[in-house]
Amino acid sequence: MAELWNDQVGEFPAASVQDFLPVEKLRQIQLRRLQAAVARAYEQQELIHNRMEERRLNPGCVRSVEDVSRLPFTVKADLRDTYPFGMFASPIHEVVRLHASSGTTGKPIVVAYTKEDIEVWSSVMVRTLVACGLHRGDIIQNSYGYGLFTGGLGAHYGAEALGATVIPTSGGNTDRQIMVMKDFCVTAICCTPSYFLHLLDRAAELGVDVKALPLRAGVFGAEPWTEAMRQRIEAEGNIKAYDIYGLSEIIGPGVASECEAQNGLHIFEDHFYPEIIDPETGQPVPDGQEGELVLTTLSKYAMPMIRYRTRDITRLIAEPCRCGRTVRRMARVGRRSDDMFIVRGVNVFPSQVEAALLAVEQTLPHYQIVLTREKDLDQMEVQVEVTAEVFSDEIRALESLRTKLAQALDSALGVRVKVSLVEPHTIARSEGKARRVIDKRQM
Amino acid sequence: MKLNQLSVFLENKPGRLSHPCKALAEAGINLLTLSLADTQQFGILRLIVRDWEKARDVLTQAGCVVRVTEVVAIEVADRPGGLEEVLKVIEAEGVNIEYMYAFTFRSHDRAVLVFRFDAPDAAIKTLQAKGVNVLQDVELYKLVEQ
Repeated sequence: MAELWNDQVGEFPAASVQDFLPVEKLRQIQLRRLQAAVARAYEQQELIHNRMEERRLNPGCVRSVEDVSRLPFTVKADLRDTYPFGMFASPIHEVVRLHASSGTTGKPIVVAYTKEDIEVWSSVMVRTLVACGLHRGDIIQNSYGYGLFTGGLGAHYGAEALGATVIPTSGGNTDRQIMVMKDFCVTAICCTPSYFLHLLDRAAELGVDVKALPLRAGVFGAEPWTEAMRQRIEAEGNIKAYDIYGLSEIIGPGVASECEAQNGLHIFEDHFYPEIIDPETGQPVPDGQEGELVLTTLSKYAMPMIRYRTRDITRLIAEPCRCGRTVRRMARVGRRSDDMFIVRGVNVFPSQVEAALLAVEQTLPHYQIVLTREKDLDQMEVQVEVTAEVFSDEIRALESLRTKLAQALDSALGVRVKVSLVEPHTIARSEGKARRVIDKRQM
Repeated sequence: MKLNQLSVFLENKPGRLSHPCKALAEAGINLLTLSLADTQQFGILRLIVRDWEKARDVLTQAGCVVRVTEVVAIEVADRPGGLEEVLKVIEAEGVNIEYMYAFTFRSHDRAVLVFRFDAPDAAIKTLQAKGVNVLQDVELYKLVEQ
């Protein structure tokens, strides 16, 4: 606690006080803000207005925070359908910033911020960085991409508001990232976990010992990752690896963050109200039960989001955390309800593939899933990069590795899988989110 | 007595072989000999070079997966039956050959056999006891570069 409450000059950022409010007080703030947010959405967002009218709802229906569950959902398609500015609640002259999410299909979705929204965003990123043990005096390398993607500027504003030293390296140019990390005595890095693994691999090739550098923390987000990846990152980088969570539709990074306990992510729920629903029925489930995360923005002005379905599968943890924060936690997101794919009628999640690979190789290799269709039959191929640890000089040993991987996948998934061993660096490393599944099937 | 051989993982796809070869060429490293083992899907390139440590670093920097393996090189007469005489000795000792490859020299009547044994020390002892010339690295370099 002492460490947490005192940065190097003996101050605790005021923004983080919100993480420790008495629960009663927190609920009061949430209700007051929820009522204002719903009123604003009803008055300014045509889509929300019409949907509430259809259900004979008006802002007065929200008398407790639980009443949020009476409101209609918003989904990603709504944002695509109203592209580009249809969901804005503020006139454009009050909007100071636009971001857009990388749409995998067709048009991206556009999000807007007023000056006040940017201030809230900075404050929740300060709370994120403080929860990750950072403070004034830290030298933060921000390798999230700067641009339309919210990661880069979101982390940048938060780190500056914290009073830390920010190095805006953005993504890419890995050799230069490693040089900066070493020469500028970087103490913390913000990037996707898969990009950090790539950095570690490249540093090893260049003969740079990341373990011996001053780097002590990684603020990792923007994609689902596993406990196994964390263990590898922490061991090979000699750092603490923290999971953070956010999405452009809500604000960007800064929705939730792990703390020193590294056991669930605290949701900054005075700004983002969380619910968990059954993704099939849409019905709310109690705290502790797994389901899809739904978020309602409580203070966003330019673009309020009412009950946005994130597609991320998690559960809420209401029990107190040992760090003392009173805001609830969500379990780390291991999968999305839509990253599942179906092969010959069997539901497969990339996380299952990951677990099987890990069981055979002990550490997680870079891999990619390629789906094709031959003679109307789905084929699933898992390409696995060969690492120095598993490479043998003998064909026999490599064939046996391949067989073991295939068997582990077969029994974990219940689908026949073709395993291919590929050379290192042949699977594309995204500098943003890792692309695990390539679906080439013509549906 | 044992030589350090470099093994490199390759996918069995057009153009893959040139990647490590190019990296070595750019670093000015000359290949003394090489062999390629392959399956339908992947292959292993095995190389003997004079400065194996430098070559290993060059290949690793180029992003290759490299492994150093100890092999045994012996010199035999380049005539029918030359290999068979050596194999008889090894078989009698019960040593297993994981793989082997051979090369000859234009200006010599001798051939060099490179062996990967499961028990290299026992193999060397037996071969030498039977008067087979097990090559030191310098002797091999001399032979190749003559």
